Amino acid sequence: MRSFERRLAEFRARDTEIVGISVDSGEESRKLCQSQGYTFTFLSDPRAETIRAYGVLHEHGGERGQDIARPAEFLVDREGTVRWVNLTESILARLRPDMILRAMDGLDAEPRSR
Amino acid sequence: MTRRSRNWPLWVGFATALLAAFSYVPFFVKFPVTRDFPWANLVLFLAAGCLLAIGLYRAFAQPERYRGKISGVIFGVLSLAVFGLFCFGVFWLARNIPRAETAPRVGQRAPEFTLTGLDGNSVTLSQLRQGNRFVVLIFYRGYW
Repeated sequence: MRSFERRLAEFRARDTEIVGISVDSGEESRKLCQSQGYTFTFLSDPRAETIRAYGVLHEHGGERGQDIARPAEFLVDREGTVRWVNLTESILARLRPDMILRAMDGLDAEPRSR
Repeated sequence: MTRRSRNWPLWVGFATALLAAFSYVPFFVKFPVTRDFPWANLVLFLAAGCLLAIGLYRAFAQPERYRGKISGVIFGVLSLAVFGLFCFGVFWLARNIPRAETAPRVGQRAPEFTLTGLDGNSVTLSQLRQGNRFVVLIFYRGYW
């Protein structure tokens, strides 16, 4: 997420909002933002309802056996359609901003179907 | 009786094995090229293995010149254990995540949500979509 913070201007230039979602409380996310200097949007899903709705629940994946999110990224367009998905197979192999910026620029070149 | 010299490749090999295992999280994960696949650490493990092999060979083939029959075996076993734990963590634990088969695919509708922001305010996906061309949803494990 540090890499996304560093490239935030490029996402802003493409009218794109970055949103981090986890089971962490707002308080925990605020601490994270303060310590790491993150300025993009963070949302809390303590009961993992949205995480479940997106099919990215990692049951008992937390340190104390709580349900958490597995790492996953979705690119959603203005109409609410998923345009690009990244589901990693290893928690060590994370999405790089380049990958999603390239995907977005590729999508922009395509004619929009309405 | 001739004095037998210290078998340095055993010590350096063991130190390299420790370095290989414990340099990944604090150092190599910072760089995407060495994080996605830990080749730098595997290269270090290979170097450690070569050094240990040289040390063990010297200890057992030339015991009159080199020490390290016992320490060499201990270092060798410990290094193998460290290597095993490293592989277990990187190739099994880190990959032990659900496959997300029910996740929305490209072209499908992103499920609407209402979540709370940092200051307790409600935020919906529709609100985020308004005025933006794209919204990138990053689900992450969290720090609990």
